[in-house]
Amino acid sequence: MRALASLLCGFIFGWGLFLSGMIRPDKVLNFLDVLAIPSGGWDPSLAVVMAAALIVTFIGYRFAQPHKPVFAASNQWPTQTAIDRPLIVGSVLFGIGWGLVGLCPGPAIANLASLSTPVIIFVVAMAVGTLAHDVGYTRSSAQTAPTLAQAKTADG
Amino acid sequence: MANFTPISAAIGGALIGLAAVLLMLLNGRIAGVTGVFAGLIDPISTERGWRAIFIAGLILAPLSATLLGYTIPIPHMPASFATIIVGGLLVGFGTRLSNGCTSGHGVCGIARLSPRSITATAIFMAAASVVVALTRHVFGG
Repeated sequence: MRALASLLCGFIFGWGLFLSGMIRPDKVLNFLDVLAIPSGGWDPSLAVVMAAALIVTFIGYRFAQPHKPVFAASNQWPTQTAIDRPLIVGSVLFGIGWGLVGLCPGPAIANLASLSTPVIIFVVAMAVGTLAHDVGYTRSSAQTAPTLAQAKTADG
Repeated sequence: MANFTPISAAIGGALIGLAAVLLMLLNGRIAGVTGVFAGLIDPISTERGWRAIFIAGLILAPLSATLLGYTIPIPHMPASFATIIVGGLLVGFGTRLSNGCTSGHGVCGIARLSPRSITATAIFMAAASVVVALTRHVFGG
């Protein structure tokens, strides 16, 4: 049942990306193109996607908070609260990559459905970047907490 | 705002929110694609199973859309492979360093009113906008 629930959630998430147009890098870049606001070329759709997703998640999380999950022992809410250097540097690096191509991790993976070679190359590069960070992190923090497993449950 | 599609954006966004809520209600997990993806490919990872299945669902969604008569758009990607590779590396490394992306920080984190996620989202949105301003208006056509 747990696997089926995961499949359902991934599937709904993917449909959300598909229907909203956020699977299309050009549409995302048209949102990020704030200099196009004066000329009327700006596409605010991503803001509407975020707003709708946030309203649903905000209300749903309020309901989920006091309840034990149906198919797991406990809810894994993120525990990190620090606004530290890794958060800031990581967000800047991610933003640069996102602005260059128009793909963030969710849409990049959903776009694998198109079997487009550039998308496959992007996802492979994303995997290399992910592993480069995680292997370095594991080495540098071998003696110190928190462990990678703990860190992984944080944020998302 | 010729390209603005508010209705499909609202429906799609609501579905993304629904998926995030269901994953917490059913499996007790945050729907952050960065964490899901990393937890799938990391050599020392535990809990690979549900992550692989979540990602399969993510890819199956557009495929199933073709059964309903939709066509999967061929994504409009940069012409330069170098740009694609650098972009992918930055997205992969950056999202791990900051522990989240548009879904984990942007949706799940902000919905928890986490100052950490609000900060991250503001920063990656701003950085991406600066890059698009440079590529489209300073260096581009």
